[in-house]
Amino acid sequence: MDWSALSLSLELAVWTLALLLPVGILIGRWLARTEVRGRPLLQAICALPLVLPPTVVGYYLLTFMGARSPLGTALDAWFGLSLVFSFPGLVFASLLVNLPFAVLPVQRAFEGVSQELHDAAACCGMNPWQVFARIELPLAWPGVLSAAVLTFGHTLGEFGVVLMVGGNIPGETRTLSIAIFDRIQAFDPGAAGRMAALLLLISLVTVALGYGALEGRARRGAGQG
Amino acid sequence: MLTVSLEHDHPKLALDFQLPRGQVSAIVGPSGSGKTSVLRAVAGLLSTRSARISLEGDTWADTERGVFLPAYQRPLGFVGQRYALFPHLSAVANVAAALVHLPGAERQREAQAGLDAVGIGGLASRSPSALSGGQCQRVAMARALARKPRLLLLDEPFSALDRSTRKRLHVELKRLQAGLGMTVVLVTHDLDEAAQLSQTLCLLRRGRMLQYGPTPEVLRQPASVEAARLMDFSNLAKAEWVGTDREGATLRWGELVLRAATKVVSKPGATVSWTIRSSDVFLVKDGHPDESSLGILASARATEVISMGGSVLVTVSVDHSGGEPLRMRLRPGAVHRHGVHVGCRLRIALHPEAVIVLA
Repeated sequence: MDWSALSLSLELAVWTLALLLPVGILIGRWLARTEVRGRPLLQAICALPLVLPPTVVGYYLLTFMGARSPLGTALDAWFGLSLVFSFPGLVFASLLVNLPFAVLPVQRAFEGVSQELHDAAACCGMNPWQVFARIELPLAWPGVLSAAVLTFGHTLGEFGVVLMVGGNIPGETRTLSIAIFDRIQAFDPGAAGRMAALLLLISLVTVALGYGALEGRARRGAGQG
Repeated sequence: MLTVSLEHDHPKLALDFQLPRGQVSAIVGPSGSGKTSVLRAVAGLLSTRSARISLEGDTWADTERGVFLPAYQRPLGFVGQRYALFPHLSAVANVAAALVHLPGAERQREAQAGLDAVGIGGLASRSPSALSGGQCQRVAMARALARKPRLLLLDEPFSALDRSTRKRLHVELKRLQAGLGMTVVLVTHDLDEAAQLSQTLCLLRRGRMLQYGPTPEVLRQPASVEAARLMDFSNLAKAEWVGTDREGATLRWGELVLRAATKVVSKPGATVSWTIRSSDVFLVKDGHPDESSLGILASARATEVISMGGSVLVTVSVDHSGGEPLRMRLRPGAVHRHGVHVGCRLRIALHPEAVIVLA
């Protein structure tokens, strides 16, 4: 069992979730309410990682984040940071790949909050921030929870982009899914099987906890009624 | 006084009116007439091309001066057609949501007091999904009144309720309004509801104000053919203007000469529209002791008799008239006594006070 790979996977999932969820809420809320002309295009950009092969995403990330790219050069010059084959690079790639999981459920949930409720809240004297915090966010909470579960679970299991951008450096970029692949390559099915079972268990618990929280909320709502 | 002047393209609005302070004013119009848009503009929920809105001297919107107070800064309460209660909050939390400016404990106390005032204090912890339509309406009303608004806007708040609940809530609205003395604007498509609840009546059609004024006056005297149609004056006819004297006007409807107590003036020979309520066309029995007091008498033939619950709607073709049929609403007893049936001959009376000349 490669415990450092497990630790790295969890660390990556937590960082991705912590950084991406607030951004997902803001973008999802904005997409749900905006009437700008380019909305379909913006939605398509957000959803693109869902339909692109991980190798394509990985290729472009390597191209734009590589040491010779303008971004790579600038990051190296200013912060001494390299995004390729490093943990920060993995986090950055993970943020991009998981964007649709963080945005789409949130957007749908915010779209479900009717204009009527918005108007009622405004006529109750709530300013836009209060409307968001007291009315919209609690009503959109199931979507936010779904986004959190999907983002966390998907990051844990991400393989293709992680391999292309991070490679397989123990303790730095070797996540659990890479470690499983590594063990298979090394004809060590026992270790691969144990890690696969652990990943399966963690993913199952994550999703089950998410569903449990949603159901508990629904039951509390029904119980009030 | 609430002063409203609006111009907008989608939806089409072009109106200018003032509503008195401390009274219930009703805006009545058919679907799509712009009633709700007017209310939304007053609330600050709709930004119109041109707007001047002020309440008792405080300007809420003035496009010329670049003033536009957002809805949350306007001291008003709003109750919509479907109440828009926040589904994730209990009844008392819904009311407390309008009191976000108060500290927590005071907010709860005030919210509970608001629910008590509308008679559902015992349902404070219920979720909106567990409340009946009438109870939801009361929570919405308590929420709208919680901030002690200077203006209460009601957008068809009774339309989804059953008849008995609606009647009960009508009384409660009148009681609340009288107690708080605030200005109320009620939007409805139900003229009877508007007549019962309002002191000022506004008739709206296609985004234009057809007529507004004290409710009894508007109901008695529609100013135009459109207003008459909106108020369900089913008898509309054309006549020739003959002239006026001190007691009113003389019209020629076909060969019949009508008298109308009217302020409208036209040119001799001009064609004017006139109307009379179906309940103001009287059936005259033979040998009536004082026929001259009844107005213009005419003979007619019944062409249709329809029983409508507590009354009977009789359509008659009037001899020597301009040709338009007249409808009269009679009590079932009178129909029976006079033996009214399709094809029978009748004598009818059109009193000058009831004949309304339309501009």
